Amino acid sequence: MNQMKNFTKGFLRENPILVLILGTCPTLGVTSSAANGLGMGLATTFVLVMSNLVISLVKSQIPDKVRIPSFVVIIAAFVTVVELVMQAYTPGLFKSLGIFIPLIVVNCIVLGRAEAFASKNNALSSAIDGLGMGLGFTLALVVLGSIREFLGNGSIFNIRIYPEDYTTLLFVLAPGAFVVLGYLIAVTQMINKANK
Amino acid sequence: MKQRESTFINMVAVLLVISLISGALLGFVHQMTSDAIEISTIKLQTDAIAGVLPEFDLVKPSLKVLPDSESDSLEIFPAYKGDKLVGVAVKSYTDRGFSGHISVMVGIDTMGNFTGYEVLEHKETPGLGSKMTEWFRDPEKERQNVIGKNPIKMKFAVSKDGGEIDAITASTVTSRAFLDALKRAHTGFGKFTGKTNPEMVQPEQ
Repeated sequence: MNQMKNFTKGFLRENPILVLILGTCPTLGVTSSAANGLGMGLATTFVLVMSNLVISLVKSQIPDKVRIPSFVVIIAAFVTVVELVMQAYTPGLFKSLGIFIPLIVVNCIVLGRAEAFASKNNALSSAIDGLGMGLGFTLALVVLGSIREFLGNGSIFNIRIYPEDYTTLLFVLAPGAFVVLGYLIAVTQMINKANK
Repeated sequence: MKQRESTFINMVAVLLVISLISGALLGFVHQMTSDAIEISTIKLQTDAIAGVLPEFDLVKPSLKVLPDSESDSLEIFPAYKGDKLVGVAVKSYTDRGFSGHISVMVGIDTMGNFTGYEVLEHKETPGLGSKMTEWFRDPEKERQNVIGKNPIKMKFAVSKDGGEIDAITASTVTSRAFLDALKRAHTGFGKFTGKTNPEMVQPEQ
């Protein structure tokens, strides 16, 4: 398989949130600001690359009947690594992402890529797939977070753009997340159709 | 390589090996990060104490007090300049927040007036209740500012409950909870000074 294509498919063609509609729970939960979206995206990217890499390396040793628990243990180990490192070096971000970091373990994107891609492909393709998917996830989170932060708080990455008095609080809350996500999915579909 | 078969022995052995390796990896990372985690936790606390009190040069080791009719004790950090007590920082909390627990570091001077606060932990709604981190210390808005006020000398409650403090717009529950945490801190302060109505605390040696 063409590695470049393998890498770029995560951005638009098979974007995990906007096309595959996976992992919407953390997506809606953490994107109240662009910085949170970026942190969550990068943490997930690390877990995706590492778990895809390791799973594709050991896949032939794992009996079929216990592959899901094996994958989950491997994924959970990397998530805990991320959690400890974030707690130690970026305590602010760790606090604002809170429960969503340990929940990367059950993020459908990670297990989905392990099952659908890493368990069938070689290590290099799997790592590239993980990186592409992870960055696609990050991109979607940052765009979603930026729009919500802009409309709901009048800033992007904590840089104020217009006064707080004119903001629409709805977009910081969960309903606004659904509205923005819906529009983003529509735009992605439009681009994907045009590219076909 | 051929796929390993799903026999009982194989399944147990593979899961065991994976768990062992994961465990070892986590143990290693934990050891690497535990110092840094501890340092950042302590730094967070000392920064909060420095942020809520007037200038001081020594924080005595913290002590715990248990206000009456409370189940959980409060941690109190007395701060000294020279050998004179300038105030105490109280790590207070409330469980009445809109989304549960809120933890606040509260600074109180020797007269019993609030000198500052720093919200350490909360899960309030972003954009609504989360405004409490700044709302109650806006020096330009006397009705919502709690700095310099003593809860014993005034009606320390939100205006909806007949008090003298303006609640955060659309976040009365959070505001009540926040004032509850502040009052709890003040009760702890009273317990610390040994007076239920602390007007003035003698500097201790």
